[in-house]
Amino acid sequence: MTRLSTGLLGVLGVLFVAALTLGPAQIGPVESLRALLVGDGGPLTLVMREIRLPRAILAVMVGASLGLAGAAMQGYLRNPLAEPGLIGVSGSAALGAVISIQTGLAASVALGLPAMALAGALVGVLLVVALAGPRGSSLTLILAGIAISALAAALTSFVLNLSPNPFAANEIVFWMMGSLADRSMTHVWIALPFMAVGWVMLATMGRGLDALTLGEDAASAMGISLTRLRLTLILGTASVVGAATAVAGAIGFVGLVVPHILRPLVGARPARLLWASALGGAIMVLAADIAVRLILPARDLKLGVVTALVGAPLFLHLIYRTRRELA
Amino acid sequence: MTLLSVDRLSASLRDRQVLREVSFAIGEGECVGLLGPNGAGKTTLMRAVLGLIAHEGTSSLARLAPHARARQAAWMPQKREIAWPVTVETLVMLGRIPHLAGGQRPTPDDTAQVEAALAAMRLRAHRDRDATRLSGGEQARVLIARALAQDTPLVFADEPVAGLDPAHQISTMQTFAGLARAHRSVLVSLHDLGLAARHCTRLILLSDGAIVADGPPQEVLTLELMAQVFGIRAYFRETEDGPVFQPLEVIA
Repeated sequence: MTRLSTGLLGVLGVLFVAALTLGPAQIGPVESLRALLVGDGGPLTLVMREIRLPRAILAVMVGASLGLAGAAMQGYLRNPLAEPGLIGVSGSAALGAVISIQTGLAASVALGLPAMALAGALVGVLLVVALAGPRGSSLTLILAGIAISALAAALTSFVLNLSPNPFAANEIVFWMMGSLADRSMTHVWIALPFMAVGWVMLATMGRGLDALTLGEDAASAMGISLTRLRLTLILGTASVVGAATAVAGAIGFVGLVVPHILRPLVGARPARLLWASALGGAIMVLAADIAVRLILPARDLKLGVVTALVGAPLFLHLIYRTRRELA
Repeated sequence: MTLLSVDRLSASLRDRQVLREVSFAIGEGECVGLLGPNGAGKTTLMRAVLGLIAHEGTSSLARLAPHARARQAAWMPQKREIAWPVTVETLVMLGRIPHLAGGQRPTPDDTAQVEAALAAMRLRAHRDRDATRLSGGEQARVLIARALAQDTPLVFADEPVAGLDPAHQISTMQTFAGLARAHRSVLVSLHDLGLAARHCTRLILLSDGAIVADGPPQEVLTLELMAQVFGIRAYFRETEDGPVFQPLEVIA
């Protein structure tokens, strides 16, 4: 194990424990952890196991998914500005969720919202594969993704436009900001199978992404099947990002900024960046979710707002640094 | 032993026929120069032979499974792409990908091949530098080293010496000639006919998608063929310093 992964795992562990011991109920850290592990059936155990634990686990899962997918997307497109939302799956998942809120499905059917979001992601990924084709270039993938994102955004606006009352619109807008508040273990179990499949798929891309450093021609001459690599990327990303959007809403900037920050620390190797970004993404989302609870505990600050507020200036700084290096 | 046999290979790009029924074979220990004017189909020929583009006819390489082909032939494309600022050593190690099983770490043999490739391209002093920060010519040498590290019986290189300084042009061609002496074979496209005359054991002259001449340099670099294919008048003599070829002027 390298020093970097040890360090990232250490930070992740500390943040995970911190996330478990933070909350509106003022309980000491030792006491709360004992309630989590021992479990005496009391209210404290309930709070720990049903509220804080799923929230912390989801933060790690969502963050790891976004970080991993971001690293894979940047590696495949050989562009540091790529991000997982690029293929339009997060937009179409959000559209599915918004429709479920608008139609009342989210309120009337248990888990109607995540189910509709997953359905939206599936429609999005089918469209991307159909539009971009199995053998097309990376440019067609980007164009197909932009088209689907734009369509999903337009339809989302359309649904908002038709919303019967300000409360529904309000709910939709707040949901789209992304949050991990009030999630249960059920959300973990919904997301986990999709994410696990996606993680495995994206993790197998390492060697192909390394070879792609030399360009598509050289990579395929080294025995890498670009068609398969591309399909793995699309399906893997759709699976993790669709599931993440279904349980947490739209959380931006993680998949863009995390690979960018960590790239110099892994010697810019795409394969090593996959793992580092997964850990880094988990750290970023977990830290942001802790910040949400610490900064304005009474105002229900949204997770996606915090990641964007942190991510955008960070990204500006990265651009500034890149510009200086190019000069 | 024949390393490559190509039979009536044709290829089209965007409905334009670029290659017309090209046939040739490459045996062990040949350093083959691929010559021809811009747009004659040199790159398309190499890509079709490797099976990277759709084609008609047969190429023994294109019929192999991708993984088996990658152990048989290394390919250095004309477009020199290095997407990420990895170190020179890391980049050259990418050439070992076809030899590693999934998830396997480089063995001492892989490291030795990378060392040999770095030494051959005189890159040992640059091993820890970011490949993207090197000059264009240095990047070309790193990419040649990457292809050499693949350690294949056949090496295909598309204009590898373009943009190199004279010393590195000569040493690169000597490296290729050295591979040929070690019973491996090289197919290299070139625009420098002087280098081709001195370092290649055999030349294939391509014009408008078809092979016009195929043989030792003396038989290919003739005044008639140079006038016919390139439209130039040239000086070609066997001297005590070896063959000297110099294009002189464009024939009006």
